Amino acid sequence: MKLKLHVWRQKNAASAGRMVRYEAEADEHMSFLEMLDVLNESLITKGEDPVAFDHDCREGICGACGFMINGVAHGPMPGTTVCQLHMRHFKDGDELYLEPWRAAAFPVIKDLIVDRGAFDRIIAAGGYVSASTGSAQDANAILVPKKDADRAMDSAQCIGCGACVAACPNASAALFLSAKVSHLGLLPQGQPERNERAIKMVAAANHELFGGCTNIGECEAVCPKNIRLEFIARRNWDFLKASCTFREEKAAAGAG
Amino acid sequence: MKLDPSSNSRENGKFESPGVYCNLMSTASSALAGKTSSRIGFWESTVGKKAVMAVTGAILFLFVVAHMIGNLQVYLGQEKLDNYAHLLKSIKSLLWGERVTLLLSVILHITAATQLGLRNRRARPRAYVKWASAGSTYASRTMYWSGPILLAFIIYHILHFTTGQALGPQFREGEVYHNMIVGFSFVPASIAYIIAMLMLGMHLCHGVWSMFQSMGVSHPRYTPLLRKFAVAAAAALVIGNISIPVSVMLGILK
Ligand code: HEM
Ligand code: FES
Repeated sequence: MKLKLHVWRQKNAASAGRMVRYEAEADEHMSFLEMLDVLNESLITKGEDPVAFDHDCREGICGACGFMINGVAHGPMPGTTVCQLHMRHFKDGDELYLEPWRAAAFPVIKDLIVDRGAFDRIIAAGGYVSASTGSAQDANAILVPKKDADRAMDSAQCIGCGACVAACPNASAALFLSAKVSHLGLLPQGQPERNERAIKMVAAANHELFGGCTNIGECEAVCPKNIRLEFIARRNWDFLKASCTFREEKAAAGAG
Repeated sequence: MKLDPSSNSRENGKFESPGVYCNLMSTASSALAGKTSSRIGFWESTVGKKAVMAVTGAILFLFVVAHMIGNLQVYLGQEKLDNYAHLLKSIKSLLWGERVTLLLSVILHITAATQLGLRNRRARPRAYVKWASAGSTYASRTMYWSGPILLAFIIYHILHFTTGQALGPQFREGEVYHNMIVGFSFVPASIAYIIAMLMLGMHLCHGVWSMFQSMGVSHPRYTPLLRKFAVAAAAALVIGNISIPVSVMLGILK
């Protein structure tokens, strides 16, 4: 099949960038990224700069890939990363607009690649549990109800691709945050830091340039891992509770 | 993973708390993690502001429901409505308590909405060449249209039926029934009310369920019902309120 592509080309973070038109050839068995690989081979043979896009596992689990296809993050198939999106979902003659995630917190590095370091900094702020590092524990020493384990797993599915931010008209990271706050907060091991985590992660997201959540649900609709809006409510609850019950740490504790 | 705080000063000047990003390294020495840096004030945070919007929105919603029920007494005749209005105005503590609560609610609601709205605009400095909705309602995407239109309406409405300037010399203090009939006999005023009520309906179609989400309440069994309730409540408010100017224009009320 033949496709008309309009691709965002931007040399580097400092340059302006613009949409450039390409004709591409694809086979219905290709993934979307393979279609771009073929385009890039032809660009390289012509001596042009290939289209830069992020990718790693190409099996939908790492979260490296992602860009907008016709204004929808990761393209038209729900619950699918762009690396797992196959060309059979498109038809001959389709005109496709490819753009990077657009958010102040995700500056473009080149073409379709953005810097998602802001997510790393949010994780660093609260995405951990304190674990005792003594002798190994028995496997089931801490009991976890099946329903909690399932929900924790649902939110732990988040691969941090950034589609939620990209799809949100406010460029809010609420769905990402909610997945991270909930996946630890639903488990017994995550309880000691539960309040602190909600506050620290919300604080970190505020210091980055993400917008606020208006509960409209675009994020949920594009999330390749089907993280649900329900988790955002859970994050809100954790944050509100933590803010209301916050106590100062005793000044001298442990510091000598 | 970048943990170097200096790598984050992209937002020049705005970034005042490097401590946030040091926590992975400094969990062992929480004294280093900084007292204020990794925290955020309730009002400073997007989540806290949204909670304020939810609570004030809930107050305004309850008021709007009560207000409509009161107004529908217009169908019981001039005496009933005017007596009811008189009763409300005669209990001064109630009247002023309500006015102050509503005014504070509107101020907080709008302040939070404005601040969040500005933040949201800054969060996406460059628009997409192409953007398509994958799953949100029209009403939810237009809260920043329906809201400000409501504000304009609230001001007009107060000048129209409370203080009377917009009604002119025909305004009679305390004679609610008379004022309504005279006010809505002027077709442009009726049309303005009808449009404003449609905006209110849109605002509440999203707002009435969104406020629960903002306060941290969501459940797969109840939230879908809540969303239906929001639409039903909004529809009831729109139909109930619009019926009054329509009835006046059709001559049913005179
Ligand atoms: C006076 C002018 C008003 C403005 C400018 C305004 C603006 C807004 C905006 C922009 C939002 C979306 C906030 C967000 O999603 O982040 C919102 C939400 C809301 N508004 Fe208003 N509004 C106004 C009046 C009202 C009135 C009169 C009511 C009640 C009848 C109301 C009830 C609500 C509710 C319940 C929400 C949902 C809160 C939430 O999502 O947590 N608003 N308003
Ligand atoms: S490349 Fe790993 S998720 Fe797409």
